[in-house]
Amino acid sequence: MFSYCTDPSTLEGLSWLSCYLTTGKHVNLYISVFVVLTLLAITAPTALVFGFGAASAARSKFLPLRWFGKGYTSIVRGVPDIAFFLFFVIALDQAFEWMRHKVKCPDWDQPIRQGIDFVVCDAAKLPLSTSPQWVHETYGFFLAVLTFSIVFGAFAANVLYGAMRAVPRAQIETAEAYGMTHRQAFWRILVPQMWVYALPGLSNLWMVLIKSTPLLFLLGVEDIVYWAKELGGTKTARFTDYPHPNWHVEYFFALLVFYLCFTKVSEVVLDRVMTRLTKGQATAAGEAQRKAAA
Amino acid sequence: MKSLILGTAALALTAGMGLAETVRLGTEGAYAPWNFVNDAGEIDGFERELGDELCKRAELTCEWVKNDWDSIIPNLVSGNYDTIIAGMSITDERDEVIDFTQPYTPPDPSAYVAQSADVDLENGVIAAQATTIQAAFVAEQGWTLVEFATPEETVAAVRNGEADAVLADKSFLDTVVGDGLVMLEKSESLGGGVGMGFRESDAELRGKFDAAIQSMKDDGSLNELIAKWEVSSQW
Repeated sequence: MFSYCTDPSTLEGLSWLSCYLTTGKHVNLYISVFVVLTLLAITAPTALVFGFGAASAARSKFLPLRWFGKGYTSIVRGVPDIAFFLFFVIALDQAFEWMRHKVKCPDWDQPIRQGIDFVVCDAAKLPLSTSPQWVHETYGFFLAVLTFSIVFGAFAANVLYGAMRAVPRAQIETAEAYGMTHRQAFWRILVPQMWVYALPGLSNLWMVLIKSTPLLFLLGVEDIVYWAKELGGTKTARFTDYPHPNWHVEYFFALLVFYLCFTKVSEVVLDRVMTRLTKGQATAAGEAQRKAAA
Repeated sequence: MKSLILGTAALALTAGMGLAETVRLGTEGAYAPWNFVNDAGEIDGFERELGDELCKRAELTCEWVKNDWDSIIPNLVSGNYDTIIAGMSITDERDEVIDFTQPYTPPDPSAYVAQSADVDLENGVIAAQATTIQAAFVAEQGWTLVEFATPEETVAAVRNGEADAVLADKSFLDTVVGDGLVMLEKSESLGGGVGMGFRESDAELRGKFDAAIQSMKDDGSLNELIAKWEVSSQW
């Protein structure tokens, strides 16, 4: 990176460290921070949409839709994350490939399952084996977002379902007395008021989501924990210009600081959101806010 | 979300236009000198050079993919990459699940590293990487085995006293001895040499690499590479 980095063995102290921390390998670590943040930024809203859909479905008057909403939340919440990540992603990937196979190669005569091998024609592979590495990585990332969203969507669904029931019945009755339809009462009265009940549960989920990113490596996405482990390992002079003993403690300490800062920032933001949502609500906190202002 | 799906689909379609056969090579990236991640963040080592040369001879375009050792066989079978080139010894057990090329390094003894040379292996605790021939061997002997996910952790366990000795390939242990660790005199002959692993349904691709390995054996370039990285004895 810097011009003086050509022969690191002659360097000491800070200049050595500045070279060490800017090697290509460390740049990978910094990139993985952004990968993780992007993943969270996409997953959180998607999971919320899944959760909202499932919670609304679970309240539906239409029986199969209710079954679907309730089945989704209870099954996904009941399966351990790691089992879900190992099994579901492979199943999902194979389902995509199977569908493409049926469409693209109708005259394929060999069985798709050969022993434990899953064989589809080349044109049906996802991504195609000829595509560059970054397409494979994007696809893996997309699968990760989808899987995380499904898992956390189920938890969010349960939180939102509870929040919807927590909105006082009198509010809905009043809406109906004003002549609103069921749909209008749902969107205009129930949904705006439920967030204040949902937020404590959702903020818990957000904290858990932040910390579950190491599951990413199961899907082949290299996250910060993977790189900290790799970089912290003992490096002998034969294979690197920057030999060092086992530095796992230092790297994991840095991770700890990163996660603590991140969760602290989240807490501050969530507190502000909570104050805003409480405004004008018929809850104890809302009442306290009104009195303080008066 | 929707645009992401569409974007990925569009990419997958356009990427398929320029067809040159690309083979994805899966490795662990944590087993110097066989395969490791260098300062630049790229896969390096004996198998990197070997794999690139084999691809050149077989006239294939190759991409390197990193994968945990634990899940390296399942991910090959499910199609995440096309071959394993990760210092994997050929054993009957693995051969039931995947197929191997001919070995590219001869079977070499595995060695022990401990804090002192007079360690009692039979009553001690032996560390080995999970699902390796060394772990299988220790379990077979009826000794106390502790397994770790990465080679690095097996050595760390001996350093901090959690295990009394570690059993692994000698070439890997050569890179860690010194600094309080010694290699024992005793060694074990395990496995049938190191080869590349393929899905059982991929016989054609396996044949190409098999031929390339044979041509490197014939012209002596494989021996040069083995000598350069000090991974094993020569052919």
